[in-house]
Amino acid sequence: MFSNRTFNLIVPIFSVLLGFLVGAIVMLAFGYSPIEGYRALWNGAFGNSYYLGETIRQSIPLMLTGLAIAFAFRSGLFNIGAEGQVFVGWLAAVWLGIVVDLPTIIHLPLALLVAGLAGALWALIPGLLKATRGVHEVVVTIMMNYIALHLSNHIIRAYLLESGSRTSRISETASLRTEGLTTLFGGSQVHWGFIIAFISAITMWFLLERTTYGYELRAVGYNKHAAHYAGINVKRNIIMAMMISGLFAGLAGAMEGLGTFGSMHTHASFSNLGFDGIAVALLGANTAIGSVISAFLFGALKVGSLSMPPISGVPSELVEIIIAVIIFFVASSYMIRWIVLRFKKEEK
Amino acid sequence: MQIIDLLQSMMPMVLFYSAPLIFTAIGGVFSERSGVVNIGLEGLMVMGAFSGIVFNLSFAEMFGTLTPWLSLLVAGLVSGIFSIMHAVAAVTLRANQVVSGVAINMIALGVGVFLTREWYGSGQTNSITQPFYTRSVRFLSDIPIIGEMFFSGIYYIAYIAILFAILAWFILYKTPFGLRLRSVGEHPMAADTNGISVTKIRYVAVIISGFLAGLGGATYALTISLNFGGATISGQGFMSLAAVIFGKWHPLGAMGAAIFFGFAQSLSVVGRNFPILADVPNVYLIIAPYVLTILALAGFIGRAEAPKANGEPYIKGNR
Repeated sequence: MFSNRTFNLIVPIFSVLLGFLVGAIVMLAFGYSPIEGYRALWNGAFGNSYYLGETIRQSIPLMLTGLAIAFAFRSGLFNIGAEGQVFVGWLAAVWLGIVVDLPTIIHLPLALLVAGLAGALWALIPGLLKATRGVHEVVVTIMMNYIALHLSNHIIRAYLLESGSRTSRISETASLRTEGLTTLFGGSQVHWGFIIAFISAITMWFLLERTTYGYELRAVGYNKHAAHYAGINVKRNIIMAMMISGLFAGLAGAMEGLGTFGSMHTHASFSNLGFDGIAVALLGANTAIGSVISAFLFGALKVGSLSMPPISGVPSELVEIIIAVIIFFVASSYMIRWIVLRFKKEEK
Repeated sequence: MQIIDLLQSMMPMVLFYSAPLIFTAIGGVFSERSGVVNIGLEGLMVMGAFSGIVFNLSFAEMFGTLTPWLSLLVAGLVSGIFSIMHAVAAVTLRANQVVSGVAINMIALGVGVFLTREWYGSGQTNSITQPFYTRSVRFLSDIPIIGEMFFSGIYYIAYIAILFAILAWFILYKTPFGLRLRSVGEHPMAADTNGISVTKIRYVAVIISGFLAGLGGATYALTISLNFGGATISGQGFMSLAAVIFGKWHPLGAMGAAIFFGFAQSLSVVGRNFPILADVPNVYLIIAPYVLTILALAGFIGRAEAPKANGEPYIKGNR
């Protein structure tokens, strides 16, 4: 029989293949050539150094929101609020990038730290409510998302507006982008944030797998009551898990603020980084390494999709459908397990 | 007098903003009462808005003034069918219901915008020619004060939404089907041992929620946005979900909450004209529904108790 580990690999691979299959069927149904479409997608994601840079750039915040959601999942929490934590992190990073004047070596880490803290504090509220009053974190975080969206728009409009709908640019000392990297990747918006994403992934892995603290977190995730019985402080663990998750999401916001855009604009609706992070975490089986890989896949899909309409005529929304189908199948892994087991039985 | 003036000019707007929320929130009540969490309300509304607008654009000439009503019906049916996907994942495949709901939201938006680009060549459709129009109710609108407030310059659809809420209350609390539905959400095993098919009831409940969310989305599209694009439905589904919880999973409570949220929304629009509110920044009125929902959940405004088996797949033979 298959071990759990094998299943954890089979399910995501199967789901991705099914997602692409559905995408191909949709293209065929609307009279496009799937080969053309996927070729455009591939070239748009990896075709030259510019596209590769853009793919990396898109993957960076996805990695961090993926880690945020995966980390919460491992502790038995569902942080749908990454979206809102991204907003407060983004705003905090940009605010610090604008108003403070410091040398890079202090300015940049400080901006990152403040962004992470902002995200952590935003996640503290649902964490506290969950731990002390037993309120389900999903609904609270959804509400917190909207509060973050509207509040950050309000703050930008009221205090930070430069021209039109965006803040002024952050000072160079807080920027994650450098001339050298931009030229290397053919003028793309890629920035050094991938190092921060990797460090975060390693930190998460180390924290969860190699420390007593991580052991406690996972124990709470598996079985709250058993953990409590074993003398683990469940409440403190829930609050901490939410805050660390919020910290990752806040950093994802900083990537947008200090890296990609160098400023923040008012949003009519969500950035979707938080919701896509759910897809990333799920496909990555809630592990650090898995989140990094699946963030890269989704980053490539998102960037590549932009080249589909001009070259193959396929609307770029096809990729949204593919991603949604992938999550749908990962979530319904019961079905895949069932099918695989069925085949195994018949072979005997 | 000032308060009455304020209410008079606001009430039609309040009803106009809350009608889509009422429909969707009642849908949410059905689904959650049967034990299926429905984060997908947002996506189901998107589906409803999309199919309502497409039907309206395609058949406006054929059906004339009947078109918006038929669009509404079609939107409900399409979303109802679409919601089967959530039912299959959540009930049969025992998926994480929140995740499946998130997937529904993504698929709905993806499919909606994809087809809009395919059929209309751009990110949003043309504006419809047969929307709902505001009407004044004969005789009733002549009643002083109340007539002005509730019966003039109003969409009939708002009354229908309120009627639906009452109907939902009747179904859930006064019929055998309603009792079964609630029992499945509270204690599926007890219901199962009494010969109630948990799976069947949950499927029906999710499909009803899809139908109602479709009505909600179409109502929004046919009265407020008048076309469909990627940003047409932005948060109304989640706000309806908030209304479900704020209304303590009761259809009339959810309706009250939806009206209250509509009130907060319209205050943020017309509040400027009234001296009492002119100094309050808009943002506080916009975020009010969300803050209140959190407070309600935290138990500061009465305790909100979810159905016991909400979000848990039922596996026969498991204790």
